[in-house]
Amino acid sequence: MAVSLSHVSYSTTFTSSASKTTVAGPSLSPHSIKVPTFSPLTVKPLNSSFTPHGARAITIAPHATSTPSSIPSDTSTKTFHGLCYVVGDNIDTDQIIPAEYLTLVPSNPDEYEKLGSYALIGLPSSYATRFIEPNETKTKYSIVIGGANFGCGSSREHAPVALGAAGAKAVVAESYARIFFRNSVATGEVYPLESEVRICEECRTGDVVTIELGESRLINHTTGKEYKLKPIGDAGPVIEAGGIFAYARKTGMIPSQSK
Amino acid sequence: MAPQQSERKTYTTGSVKTGMTMTEKILARASEKQQLNPGDNVWVNVDILMTHDVCGPGSIGIFKKEFGEKAKVWDREKIVIIPDHYIFTSDERANRNVDILRDFCGEQNIKYFYDIKDLSNFKANPDYKGVCHVALAQEGHCRPGEVLLGTDSHTCTAGAFGQFATGIGNTDAGFVLGTGKVLLKVPPTLRFVMDGEMPHYLLAKDLILQIIGEISVAGATYKSMEFVGTTVESLNMEERMTLCNMVVEAGGKNGVVPADSTTFKYLEDKTSVPYEPVYSDAQASFLSEYRFDISKLEPLVAKPHSPDNRALARECKDVKIDRVYIGSCTGGKTEDFLAAAKVF
Repeated sequence: MAVSLSHVSYSTTFTSSASKTTVAGPSLSPHSIKVPTFSPLTVKPLNSSFTPHGARAITIAPHATSTPSSIPSDTSTKTFHGLCYVVGDNIDTDQIIPAEYLTLVPSNPDEYEKLGSYALIGLPSSYATRFIEPNETKTKYSIVIGGANFGCGSSREHAPVALGAAGAKAVVAESYARIFFRNSVATGEVYPLESEVRICEECRTGDVVTIELGESRLINHTTGKEYKLKPIGDAGPVIEAGGIFAYARKTGMIPSQSK
Repeated sequence: MAPQQSERKTYTTGSVKTGMTMTEKILARASEKQQLNPGDNVWVNVDILMTHDVCGPGSIGIFKKEFGEKAKVWDREKIVIIPDHYIFTSDERANRNVDILRDFCGEQNIKYFYDIKDLSNFKANPDYKGVCHVALAQEGHCRPGEVLLGTDSHTCTAGAFGQFATGIGNTDAGFVLGTGKVLLKVPPTLRFVMDGEMPHYLLAKDLILQIIGEISVAGATYKSMEFVGTTVESLNMEERMTLCNMVVEAGGKNGVVPADSTTFKYLEDKTSVPYEPVYSDAQASFLSEYRFDISKLEPLVAKPHSPDNRALARECKDVKIDRVYIGSCTGGKTEDFLAAAKVF
């Protein structure tokens, strides 16, 4: 049954266009994928699924070229919205950004962009749908959904940087490796969220999702299912402040920046 | 150089303290707190910060952006900069990254910079030391009781010296460069007791593969791994480094081996900086304890594609080998080359 779905057009303002979708087989995952049941009633059109609270509510525009802390301090009204890209367990930093690209220095704006273009290029070929299409440098998926131990392996900060530079805004994983989580919080490149259940088994690449940060909730518009996310925990104050430097200035650990 | 070991201070407080593990004690002292419990978030004073050619330039970039172009590092003697990852190459960007390190070390007058300029002959470089984690140990930068951070996941190697050592990213490193402090969450400790005489056909790599196979690649996430027992005591420093090196492969935050006469002997001719070892209290709480009779272990391998995909080497005897790599921080120390040579 063909269903009308509003399509998110990344990097431009919203264009609500009805498009047919066919239920394709899963491009990855050893786990059984439930075939989503489409119902026009549960799929909310884009325009009414959130009410923007000021300019910061939805970030669709690509990141600035320098390494920003893109997470605003007020997270209570923050939402992330877009297509999700689903990966499995133990996604390591070599898959996120292979070692050969590590000569790129993230604090260099041009090289920051280049890093983004290689995000998740190390995923095996079993992932038929790639995170970044060939000949593209940005991703159309703003949310990455993963399984256990996401970001394991190296301490390379290039990993969350590459994801952020590519255009990802948030990662929702079952669990994280600690250095990747820490780097995500420190850089502000991607918001690292944890799910209560293995949503990597219930979501498929290309599903339209919304994350309501203040409510710790993920909504999959394509399947109509909602999921509770875990509270951010001790990293909360650091993220709220806008990263480790902002937090240190806020708490008086280091003096305010003098320009 | 005469070895230095300051007298053990006795803490006198009126309050009753809960026993702490080695990791908790090291972090307590480094954060100037009398008592710490797992889960506490504290600002910790850093004794040594190490960075290399992959993450150094990025860390320097952040340091300058946040503290200013003219900012000075917190302590020119506590930073160790070791180009080691992409060195013998014609790749321009890789070589540029070493130049960035050199410029920074010059401008900041960094005391420990193990530079390399002549790529055609590594012996022509008097300062070059090779693999960062091995160099840190050999150059006497690893000392019991201290806090050592590095922009590399295998920084946990240094825990072999009875110190807190863990890997951090560029942003944290940029912060440390300017302040000498880091915000850390105190990890609970898993204890691994290894007893029994080590058979001659085993190496520390077999021990850590046994452990990782047991607890999985996320079995120690956010936790400290403490290695004790008679077998551990019989290991030399290089073997203890191998043990601690793969702590991160189990997801571990840091690994520790209590300092003993083997440690002190190793450090005798390498450092004159006074240090004060720290040991877990008898009544410290551990999350779990695992016991191993090493005399019963067999050589192990980790099959593709995960370090926890443990198998007996014996079970893999029909697997044809195309290529063998011996090197890097886990298995590229002198001991490892000697062990490989003995096979032939």
